[in-house]
Amino acid sequence: MIDRRLLQHFDWILLALAMVIGGIGILTLYSAVSANAEVAELRRLVYIKQSYWLAVGTGVMILSVLFNYRWLNRLASPIYILSIGLLVIVLFAGKEVSGSQRWLVLGPISFQPSELVKISLVIILARYFSRHATERGFSLKELWKPLIWTLIPFVLIVVQPDLGTGLIVLLIAATVTIFVKIERRSLMFLTASGIAGSVVAWFFLKGYQKQRILAFLDPEGDPLGAGYHIIQSKIAVGSGLFFGKGFLKGTQNALSFLPEQHTDFIFSVLAEEWGFFGSSVVVLLYLLVVIWGLSIAIRSKEPFGTILSVGLISMIFWQAFINVAMVLALLPVVGVPLPLISYGGSSVLTTMIATGILLNISMRRFLFKE
Amino acid sequence: MDRYLHTVDSDWYRHRVSGAVIFVLVAFSILLVRLYYLQIIEGDEFRRQSQENCFRLQSITPARGFIFDRNGVLLVENRPSFNVSIISGDAKDPKKVLHKLTELLNIVPETLFARLVEAKGVPSFKPILLMRDVSRDAVAIIEAHRLDLPGIVITVEPTRHYIEDNRASHLLGYLSEISRGELKSGSFPDNKMGDFIGKFGVEKALEPYFHGRRGKQHVEVNAFGLVTRILKTEEAIPGKNIYLTLDIKLQRKVEALLSGKVGTAIAMDPSNGHILAMASSPAYDPNAFAEGMTYELWNNLASDQFHPMENKAIQGQYPPGSTYKIVTAIAGLEEGVITEHTRLFCPGHYRYGNRTFRCWRRGGHGSMNIIDALAQSCDVFFYQVGEKLGVDRLARYANACGLGSPTGIDLDKEANGLVPTSVWKLNRMGIPWQGGETLSVAIGQGFNLVTPVQMLSLISAVANGGIRYKPSVVGRVESPDGSLVEKQLPVALGRFSASTKTLQLIMRGLVDAVNKTTGTGWIVRIPGVNVAGKTGTAQVVALEEDDKGKPLESQPRHLRDHAWFIAFAPAEEPKIAVAVLIEHGGHGSKAAGPVAREMIRTYLRD
Repeated sequence: MIDRRLLQHFDWILLALAMVIGGIGILTLYSAVSANAEVAELRRLVYIKQSYWLAVGTGVMILSVLFNYRWLNRLASPIYILSIGLLVIVLFAGKEVSGSQRWLVLGPISFQPSELVKISLVIILARYFSRHATERGFSLKELWKPLIWTLIPFVLIVVQPDLGTGLIVLLIAATVTIFVKIERRSLMFLTASGIAGSVVAWFFLKGYQKQRILAFLDPEGDPLGAGYHIIQSKIAVGSGLFFGKGFLKGTQNALSFLPEQHTDFIFSVLAEEWGFFGSSVVVLLYLLVVIWGLSIAIRSKEPFGTILSVGLISMIFWQAFINVAMVLALLPVVGVPLPLISYGGSSVLTTMIATGILLNISMRRFLFKE
Repeated sequence: MDRYLHTVDSDWYRHRVSGAVIFVLVAFSILLVRLYYLQIIEGDEFRRQSQENCFRLQSITPARGFIFDRNGVLLVENRPSFNVSIISGDAKDPKKVLHKLTELLNIVPETLFARLVEAKGVPSFKPILLMRDVSRDAVAIIEAHRLDLPGIVITVEPTRHYIEDNRASHLLGYLSEISRGELKSGSFPDNKMGDFIGKFGVEKALEPYFHGRRGKQHVEVNAFGLVTRILKTEEAIPGKNIYLTLDIKLQRKVEALLSGKVGTAIAMDPSNGHILAMASSPAYDPNAFAEGMTYELWNNLASDQFHPMENKAIQGQYPPGSTYKIVTAIAGLEEGVITEHTRLFCPGHYRYGNRTFRCWRRGGHGSMNIIDALAQSCDVFFYQVGEKLGVDRLARYANACGLGSPTGIDLDKEANGLVPTSVWKLNRMGIPWQGGETLSVAIGQGFNLVTPVQMLSLISAVANGGIRYKPSVVGRVESPDGSLVEKQLPVALGRFSASTKTLQLIMRGLVDAVNKTTGTGWIVRIPGVNVAGKTGTAQVVALEEDDKGKPLESQPRHLRDHAWFIAFAPAEEPKIAVAVLIEHGGHGSKAAGPVAREMIRTYLRD
């Protein structure tokens, strides 16, 4: 199935980048939980579980490399329908965790279908756009199908409710669409209706979500309430100075000031302990992954592979960017994980699948040489 | 594929990707600039804020759930108490501060230093508990010398308060400080060092319900460690309230009846297994544990010869004496070795091999059927039933009656009791079973051991037609706002292997025991109420011939018999079943009977 040429062209650099980021994640998680957990058991659990997920993720990644990625072009519809089906099931039979029904439980494994749908949406969009792309760009009339494919999972995820993941889905779809070009008139129309839509949506937001957005606009206005997380996160990051306080020496983290320090705010733990130096290295690692991914997009000699790469890499890009920007108080607090560093099996698996497909596209690029 | 390459080619895609690269570079530059701003330009200010350590996380202990009786009478609540702790990071020199503190309060410093040593490894910003439940005077002294005592903090924490002191103390249980082992076990994820958890009784059995969930408070403190601003509070969730099946009025009466005696008295609603009263004497005061048990007091409790810490109702194991004849009667009737018409003659003794087994009535009972034999507790009648049954057949019925294994009551430390069999004896002692031993077992002497709660469960089942309910002490669990969380439904453990007819015969024997002048329980009769019951006098040792017949008072206490009485009433429609055991009380009817009678009278009067 795999011939020698494929192994020769295996993209070790992308694999190495993913592993380094995952390794940094485990170290940071260890630090995040060790100062805080009163019970020693919990301390072990989180980073060991994350290591386990990274191992499983690597396995899934290898699986995603084995088959020819062009099968995804043919299987786009079934994959998409399956993932939407899972999203519907989760609404009725999902496990509720802190007021939000996101988890599907199968025996010992629980999974968020909303993570999987990010990938299946990219696949079906890549198939559609690769067939119909023209230099003049897509008109509104040609965009109604992609629009519906995007809005179905978006609505299903937002009602869970999980606004953060819903917005990521929207951003990924928008990125892919803009990448394949939209007619100017259509773009302006879509932008305008997007703005109108968010104004209307404001009235449907939950109380805590509104509060977070208001707190972002003026954190000092409510330092005891929603603005509290933002202030604490800034103190943690800022107090790291250039070289940081050192591994396991972060005091803000130790005092459990940081909200959800092992999931969404993991970057503030890292920034406090490793300073500007360490945080920049991590930001640059993500930049390298994104640039490398985009180079795979260029080097792929056929449109489906190119668009698929752009979509997958946009998923990693937006999550990394929004998460870090949120921790640095550049964006309101929305629940978006930092790929491969935040604790969470679903997020790790999805990122590893995406990485696997990118590796797949990268090593099969020579098979299409005209 | 070629068709599409006409419309857009790879150069076109290359061009689009370059646009994306520029976008990504701009986005990540923003992040790097922001990092530079926060960590380098503004960094010193943030470092100062974090170093002054002016933000702290304080833990809020959740209020423990209350305990009520079945009618909603409050039995256990929480009262505020003042605790003194030290935050070593704020104290700068903790030893000096501790010396000052002991000087001011005029106490010995050793225990406080021991606390400090114990807490080695606790982060310097976490409080270490020094003294619990200090007096208001001590609080006033500490407050007045605030500036000399940096790092010393006083917190108000709820302390358990048992309103009627040692009332129902064995059932309610007590709290004590969580041990390191318990913390590490992972069974108490929401607890921290210094917390009090249930260690006995209902307090232990329902610990997860009582605990609730710990809250957190983010505060800003000044250089002395005093809170200047509360930033954010995550309220603690109070624990659940528990409504027991206990009737406190009956419990008070039972404890009054037992006062001065060593033993236990328990009552149950035979229709569902609810425990109405459970007293064990002597008792202890659980408040002493809540206030922090002293070594001396604990030693006194632990070495007391009457074992006040033991719940005799479920932990005490005693020979059942004649109460066991109920089991022998069931087995005999069911196995067909006797019928309701069988009459056996009692001349006052029974010859087995070359041994003579005596009846408690030297002169003999004459000709008896099963009803008379139960009513007058004729030993010779049951020797013969036992002999015909054999020990192993008898044991099967005893097991079916719930003897020899725990009843499964909600409280821990319940004892098994013992139902001897020939195999058991061979394994245990290496000697085969002797036929004569069966005779002793048949009248409840010998190797048999039962707990009072087992006998209560047994007599309840006789009362309700043969269903053994799991004895339960918890009626329902409510959340603090009064909504129902859980309600305990009766759990049937099994059925007696006895026909209705057998049970009716036994019932008649037990009614006659109390209501006929010849019955052994005549003392327990209540005019107007049909009480059914069975006495039991459990020999501790075979008394020396010259001790026999002596008045009880002149026998050495530890050699006197245990007194049993088990009963239920009214016989037609049983509302209460009781089991009373008085250690070394002498004869069952005289020592235990009146207690049983007054319990029934009190309960049925209300």
